[in-house]
Formats: sequence, C-alpha cells, structure tokens
Amino acid sequence: MIPTLDDAHATIRRGLLITALALAGVGAVIVMALWMTPTEVRQGLAQKIFYLHAPSAWAGLLAFSLTGITGGLYLWLRDPRLDLFSEASAEVGLVFGVIVLTTGPIWGKPIWGTWWTWDARLTLTLFLFFLFVGYMALRNALSDPAERARFSAVVGILGLLLVPFVHLSVYMFRTLHPQPVLLKPSAPSMDPRMLRTLLTSVGVFTLLYIGFVTTRYGLSLRREARGVADGD
Amino acid sequence: MTETLRLAVVLAAKDLRVERRSRTALVSAVVFAALVLVIFNFARDPATVTAKMLAPSVLWVTFTFASMLTFNRAFSLEKENAAIDGLLLSPMPRGALFLGKYLANLAFVGTVQAVTLPLFVLFFNVGLGQALGGLLLTIVLATIGFVAIGTVFSAMVVRTRFADLMLPMLLLPFLVPPVMGAVAVTTRLLSGRPLSEQMAWLRFLGVYDVVFLTICAMVFPAIFDE
Repeated sequence: MIPTLDDAHATIRRGLLITALALAGVGAVIVMALWMTPTEVRQGLAQKIFYLHAPSAWAGLLAFSLTGITGGLYLWLRDPRLDLFSEASAEVGLVFGVIVLTTGPIWGKPIWGTWWTWDARLTLTLFLFFLFVGYMALRNALSDPAERARFSAVVGILGLLLVPFVHLSVYMFRTLHPQPVLLKPSAPSMDPRMLRTLLTSVGVFTLLYIGFVTTRYGLSLRREARGVADGD
Repeated sequence: MTETLRLAVVLAAKDLRVERRSRTALVSAVVFAALVLVIFNFARDPATVTAKMLAPSVLWVTFTFASMLTFNRAFSLEKENAAIDGLLLSPMPRGALFLGKYLANLAFVGTVQAVTLPLFVLFFNVGLGQALGGLLLTIVLATIGFVAIGTVFSAMVVRTRFADLMLPMLLLPFLVPPVMGAVAVTTRLLSGRPLSEQMAWLRFLGVYDVVFLTICAMVFPAIFDE
C-alpha cells in the first residue's frame, strides 16, 4: 500500500482546512470566554484561562491515548499507516502538553500562590509530556522504519498502561487540584454559560487536534511517496 | 511451558557465567551504588538534615540508578559479534528469551541490592531490626515489575546510537510509581510502624508487577520479529 503524492497533498489540504476552521473556533472561544461568560466570583479574570487549559489537557490526553491504541493495533495488523498516525498523534500531543504545562502555572501563581505543585493531575500531565518526549526521541534514534514502528508501538502501549498507575500513586499522596466540575456523579456545578463556553472549547480543541493530526499525517504520506519516487 | 522455563534458565545461567568470568557489569554497578551512597551523605547539611530523614529516598535512588546501569548489559553483550542473531535463529521461543534475560537482570539487580543494603545500614546508621522482613518484601515487590520494563526497553535501545542515554529517558517515568510506593513504605517501616499498616501500597506494588510483567512478556516478541 504505497501512498501517491496526490493522496498526500489531498490529505494535507484537508488537514489545513480543518486546522483553519478550528483556529477560527479558538478565536470564537476567546470572544465567548471574555465577553459572553460571567467572571468567576473568587478567581476573577484568572479563571478565564481555564477555557483554554482544560480543553488542551483533554486534547493531549486524547492524543496520548490514540498514540498508544494505534501502537497496539500496529503490532496486531502491521499496517504502516497506523504507525504514521501514531507518530502524528504523538507530535501533536506534545504541542498540547506544552500548552497545558504553560497555561497551568500562569493560572496557578495568582490562585494557588505557586507556579508548580506536586498535585495528582499536574504530575500526570508532566509524565505524559516526558513519555511523549521519550517516544519521539526513540523514534528519531532509529532509522529502520519497521523497527521504529514496532519499538515505538511498544513504548506507546506501556506508556498508556502507566497512566493509571501514576494517577493512583500520586493520588495516594493526596491532591489539591480543583475537584472535577464536569465529569462527576452529580450535576455539573457550573454556571450554564460557563459550561457552554467550556464545552464549545472542548469541541474546538478536538477539531484542532484532528486538523493538526491530519496535516501531520499527510506530511508523513508525502515523505513516504517522495521516498518511493526517489527510489529511497 | 516447562521447556520455556528450562531454556530461560539456560540463557540466564549463560549470562551469569559470562559475568562471573569478566566481572565488569556487576563490579561497576556495586561500586557505583557505594559511591552514590557516599555522595548523598555529603550532599546534605548534617546540622539541619539528619541522615535518617533522608535515608529512605537515598536507598531507593541508589537502587534504581544502580539497577539501570546493569540493564544495558543484557543486550549490548549479545550485540558483539552479532550473537543476538544466533539466539534468534536458535529454536528457542521468544518467550524464553525474554524470561532468560529477565531472570539474569533480576539476579543482577538482586545482587546490587544485596550489597547496597548493608552499606546503606552502615553509612546511614539505620537500625533495621524489626523492619527487615517488611523491607525485604517491599524491595522484592518494587523490583519485579520495573526489571521487566527495563528488560524490554534495553532490548530496544541497544539498536539506537545513544543507548546509554535513551534507556534512562524511557525507563525513569516508569520507575516513579514503584519508587513512590517503596519510599512511602520504607519511611514508615524505618520509623517503627508495622507492615500491616502499609497494605494499600503493597497491593499497589503487587498490581504494578502483575500488569507490567504480563504485558512485557506479551510485547517482547514484537521487538524481534522482522
């Protein structure tokens, strides 16, 4: 199954289109967050960063899970496209990881009084970030594509399994993160307008993830197609 | 199954025999562990931080760093003269290859720990007394799982150019949950609390071992099939 340059360019174009839509969506989310959502009573304006922070965390977690899952599928089906997807997803996940790890402390300093604390979810995010970095480093250190695909799939699967352990172990140390406001058993404890902005943002960031991954995947296809054309 | 086990023991015995004749990996790992203990002793202000306050962390940092040194040995040994090809061509199942390397690694890490623990007691003036049994159990539980992951990763990184840098980068995130549990249990055991209070952490370590030993044995063959 060899991709053609035309396929690759079509995928890249599709990815860029979705990304452009999603970036317009990010603009809309900022407008919604600043002018159409009430300001939180105790945290003031600092709370607005939450509408970018939490959805990025969601996109990062999505990226990470899909990297691990497609890695597992690769070991089973051995379709090189799955590996290209894993790679794209890991790179994009790294970007969202950086967003989470920078927006978090910016909010944490005025609200918690500290840039960083070893709370459960902070530690987990940092770990995901390190795992992604290790994953990419391993990929870059290997030259044989089949070997790279198998090895990174193994790291992806093990990394995915590590997540619950990191979460549980840090939790056993106690946590001071705001308790879950959305995915908890009782009704969400949030102003409906805040909830609307948050859910819009989650949708937008999911779209952004799809756009980035599609573009990146298309770039990999193009590299493969050119490699074939060059007789590489 | 018994055949796999037999082959694994043969392979592990081969690794240990090579080590007995060269004595490179084990001696350097043990000396490294002793040096880390010494450095830690001077990396604190004795007037403000007592040796006992730092002892559990020192023990586990030393264990993990010294263990990591022994992992790359397992497959870099086979890389010389392309010995790995011989192993892969032999009728030995991949499961036996994993188990053999795992057992050898376990023996190495166990030896390093067996030497480090008395040195630790000596340098840090820790009275183990009642805590010894519980501490040994904690050491075993915290080691089983991460040695399995180390075995898998070392088989992969040996194919890269920067194996010695790559292994810690991949492996250290996986060490944090067991080390966190082990340090928590060790701290309480050393301050005279009974082992029965630490069941939550011990169970956690046990689950970690079962999950990662199983999954490592499952994914290991994928590293070598071409």
